[in-house]
Amino acid sequence: MTAIAIARALNMGLRKALESNPKVIIMGEDVGKLGGVFRVTDGLQKDFGDDRVMDTPLAESGIIGTAIGLAMRGYRPICEIQFDGFVFPAYDQIISQLAKLHYRSGGQVKMPVVIRIPFGGGIGAVEHHSESPEALFAHIAGLKVVACSNAADAFTMIQQAVASDDPIVFFEPKRRYWEKAELDTDLPLAQAFPLHAARVVRPGRHLTLLAYGPMVRVALDAAKVAADEGHELEVVDVRSLSPIDWETIAESVRHTGRCVIVHEAQVFLGMGAELAARITEKCFFSLQAPVLRVGGFATPYPPSRMEENFLPDLDRVLDAVDRSLAY
Amino acid sequence: MAAGAKVDVPAGLDFIQLLTPEGERLEHPDFPLEISASEIRELYRDLALVRRFDIEATALQRQGELGIWAQVLGQEAAQIGSGRALLPGDMVFPTYREHGVAWCRGIAPENLLQLFRGVNFGGWDPAQHNFGLYTIVIGAQTLHAVGYAMGMQKDGAEDAVIVYFGDGASSEGDVNESFIFAASYNAPVVFFLQNNQWAISVPEERQSRIPLYRRAHGFGFPGVRVDGNDVLACLAVTRKALEHARTGQGPFLIEAFTYRMGAHTTSDDPTRYRLASELETWKLRDPIERVKAYLSRNGLADAAFYDGVDAEAEELAGRVRSACLSMPEPKPLDIFNQVYAGGSPLVDEERLAYEDYLAGYDANSDAGSGRGGEH
Repeated sequence: MTAIAIARALNMGLRKALESNPKVIIMGEDVGKLGGVFRVTDGLQKDFGDDRVMDTPLAESGIIGTAIGLAMRGYRPICEIQFDGFVFPAYDQIISQLAKLHYRSGGQVKMPVVIRIPFGGGIGAVEHHSESPEALFAHIAGLKVVACSNAADAFTMIQQAVASDDPIVFFEPKRRYWEKAELDTDLPLAQAFPLHAARVVRPGRHLTLLAYGPMVRVALDAAKVAADEGHELEVVDVRSLSPIDWETIAESVRHTGRCVIVHEAQVFLGMGAELAARITEKCFFSLQAPVLRVGGFATPYPPSRMEENFLPDLDRVLDAVDRSLAY
Repeated sequence: MAAGAKVDVPAGLDFIQLLTPEGERLEHPDFPLEISASEIRELYRDLALVRRFDIEATALQRQGELGIWAQVLGQEAAQIGSGRALLPGDMVFPTYREHGVAWCRGIAPENLLQLFRGVNFGGWDPAQHNFGLYTIVIGAQTLHAVGYAMGMQKDGAEDAVIVYFGDGASSEGDVNESFIFAASYNAPVVFFLQNNQWAISVPEERQSRIPLYRRAHGFGFPGVRVDGNDVLACLAVTRKALEHARTGQGPFLIEAFTYRMGAHTTSDDPTRYRLASELETWKLRDPIERVKAYLSRNGLADAAFYDGVDAEAEELAGRVRSACLSMPEPKPLDIFNQVYAGGSPLVDEERLAYEDYLAGYDANSDAGSGRGGEH
């Protein structure tokens, strides 16, 4: 076991996926010789050829639209969208076509397409490079949506996503790309933690913190500080945003009686809205406080000099924790 | 695609050129240009100052003062030539790299840095300069340009729109739809495509199997290719294209054949995907050197002139640097400004809540960074 960064773990997972099935292909802008702007596909074109790792024309709708056709022909495309804010030209193909083809064809047409999207802020970027559009995809029936938070998950989840016969929007925490973790590359995929399951990443008994993607790190840091103050927070990495693993989440909240949800995306109609509503239904008699949410404001993602105010940080999470515990 | 297999400029120079890389003046029957020596000296000054500004901005990024910078290096002639062809009433829709055109529109260079420093998303009033905000989403502005031109047409105005985009953008659906709308409504718009050969790491051949200017013919309007490193040709061709648009003859596509001599942005590393020899070839076609060669060869500028421009360039660089360093920091609550023209109770509520939160943060150090951990 060695410590591997998330970007590298994704690269290794993609390599395994390409090795496992000749129908797996990678397509996107700059994924070839450059290896992607975050180097997630580094070296793959060199080793698998430009037939399987394809630099596409600069056209996101074209990338997803042709991936749909390739999938109809039996391929398993992994599409890279360069940044979260650039996915919208492809939104029509994703929502109106990719998500619905299985349903429209009465189950005859499978769409094993993975759309990788580096998402979230905190890297000092210009506009359209720091957004968190996951709820816009999770809202759409026919799509599955996942977000990895660490290298070990990145490695297995990308392979599991490629193996799925349903289209999957795969969110990668871009500001965590270089965070390292221990990673068992020999673990058979069949024995890996399931793709659509949430995971308790730190046990606790006073309050459940729900987070995913880049916010899992913030939640864990908050739990550490809270522990010094005598509060044991349970941190659950939601991992799968559609479908959601309600069993794991509800079990945690029933146990702690309190819940704070953290994401970078705007709170208004974000993933936290669905999580809070369903937790209230499922855990009503165990709750000792309303489910609280910490996230982005109801504004566009701001210029980078203000992003630290927009993004939930340790203090804002602990502030919500305090408010929940004070009920 | 074979490694480094970039097409070179065709031997027969399949483009309009009025000034060779060696500084030799050519005539073109369709694109005549009457221009005085002092006007050419002015163009030289524009080119030199914009390059110096660009170098300073790149240095500011390297020193951590800008989040990122998109260099214009190598494309100065395409931008100054087309920018100086504009009349005050014409409207410009830029990408994020049109620093030379912005210069021609009278926008203070330091204002261009605001977006890249991350203090705001603009830095100028589009209506004041007839120069739209920088657009980062590739190709999106082409449709805005056509719509604006349709408005000019409805108003009976005798102005035109020019929209900038690149070889990569030519693949986007929006750009192709903008061609269709422009043709369908005969909109007074000039499409100015700077073919700088590279969309980050992807060469132009991946975007098009035919020279990009020929795309226009399929949409039903004229298209020409100009030497994008020749400021005189860019000026003459853009003037003619704008005149074409202003006189009710509809859209016009100009492909300025140029080269991105720098990286895509300061985050990019072009050594991963293109050969150093390619850059060396293009350095021989430098857009500024040829103007200097022409002026010097014909005795139209002396050492005092060049020294004067150099001094002005250094002064500009210093001014830009100090303006960047003294740029006011936005305040946290600025996040909530201007989300809606008519306001929103949701935004107001969140602003108040955050204001309270910040006030508590200030009042109680326990609630602040005193709790430790990552921020």
